[in-house]
Amino acid sequence: MNQLKENPPAAVPVMDAEAIRRALQRIAHEIIERNPQLEKVVLAGIPSRGVELARRIAGFIREIGKIDIETGVIDVAMHRDDVGTRPELPMVRASKLPLPLEERTVIIVDDVFYTGRTVRAAMDAINSFGRPARVQLAVLIDRGHRELPIRPDYIGKNLPTASREQIQVRLQETDKAADAVWLEKTMSSDAR
Amino acid sequence: MAGKNNELGRQMTARWTRKDLLGLRDLSADEISFVLDTADAFKQVGTREIKKVPALRGRTLVNFFVEPSTRTRTSFELAAFRLSADVINISATASSLTKGETLKDTARNLEALHADILVLRHSSAGAPQFLADRLKASVINAGDGAHEHPTQALLDLYTIRERRGKIAGLRVAIIGDILFSRVARSNIFGLLKLGAHVTLVGPSTLVPREFEKLGVEVSYKIDEVLPRADVVNLLRIQHERQRREYFPGLGEYIRLFGLTKERAKLLKPDCLIMHPGPINRGVEIDSDVADGLQSVILDQVTNGLAVRMAVLYMCGGIATATSTLQACAPQI
Repeated sequence: MNQLKENPPAAVPVMDAEAIRRALQRIAHEIIERNPQLEKVVLAGIPSRGVELARRIAGFIREIGKIDIETGVIDVAMHRDDVGTRPELPMVRASKLPLPLEERTVIIVDDVFYTGRTVRAAMDAINSFGRPARVQLAVLIDRGHRELPIRPDYIGKNLPTASREQIQVRLQETDKAADAVWLEKTMSSDAR
Repeated sequence: MAGKNNELGRQMTARWTRKDLLGLRDLSADEISFVLDTADAFKQVGTREIKKVPALRGRTLVNFFVEPSTRTRTSFELAAFRLSADVINISATASSLTKGETLKDTARNLEALHADILVLRHSSAGAPQFLADRLKASVINAGDGAHEHPTQALLDLYTIRERRGKIAGLRVAIIGDILFSRVARSNIFGLLKLGAHVTLVGPSTLVPREFEKLGVEVSYKIDEVLPRADVVNLLRIQHERQRREYFPGLGEYIRLFGLTKERAKLLKPDCLIMHPGPINRGVEIDSDVADGLQSVILDQVTNGLAVRMAVLYMCGGIATATSTLQACAPQI
């Protein structure tokens, strides 16, 4: 902790609470435009911030479109492709989706879109619940550096980054601090 | 602002860094809770249309049961299938142990086949520890002598937490053959770490006072214990282990310690009745009581699958200590 205080890595604010609010509201508008059958839409958040973002987008859709759409949780830990390579195990959470998924549109919601591997795992997880009519992707930040042929349908903000930079997202509900997004340039020893 | 952001830090996450599960005595309360939380996620997998996840795809699990067992082996096997691992079963009679091969040599042979996870049941206490110290593979203790049976205790804890919403503060009575029971030992460690109050009940020959040193209460009067209990866990009288006589006869045991229909009336209406199985109907528990509303014996079986999936995923899913050490070791 002390080390961090004395030697903070360079951090650049990218979005404040108002910018995040506007981005999510715009995503809600786009979801309404592109999905005439809104009642078939399920917003599936990836824990933990994706779940909160899905909840907020559903709130905007309720305000704008006067319709309550369903939300769910899609945990990807047990579908990841890096099992056995981690010295420490991440928490696995229970997934929760309204069933059956047939004829529904599942919109995966995550905070930062990076390599695409998390979203691939999320699509695999969704398939084990059933076969939705279509799957879409909504992200708050698209930072680039895709490693798989996957692209978001709804983007809060495009933010070109270098791979040694880190995007930090903070939300009131998950991080107990004011909403914000910032970019960190990591100077740590692990940067090759 | 930058400094402030960093001070706030990120969410604290629970930590799991073990390649082996040998007993609950070694685990912290946080680690035990981490296993139970992970089991929650895996229990949900059982409700999906496709009850299988790719978490351990390409990994090989060896069920190495030197002592006979059907339910524990089957539970581990099904858990491994649901995690997409490949499974080999080896029993004592089929193995080269009967031909004079040592445990270590058998295990090294399994490792030479690139087994990633070894689930071991053995009649000698400490056998899993012995192999865990020597093998790169993850070793899961599926019961060693009268020492520990960690996955059984974890599924008991999971079942209690699921039904009662908590474990801390509950009064748990463990009744029967404590002396020979690895289930009792693992349960005692786990329950005490999570803040439950534990009372052991049974004949003095099978429940020696020495157990009080672990921090539990010992009682020889079941009728005084039952009315206060939130959970009763009945252990099987292990005929196969009792070569000498530890109590005069089954009739006397039933009269003094069996959970008969009449005795079950002493229990609080919300008290849970548990049994690790296989049950001896009419001995430690009456048939009607085993099948009654307070019985969670079949929940234990279902939850055992989720808990074992969690344990296999957790121990098999991390980079093993050995491989990490090798990766970190300076190049000579």
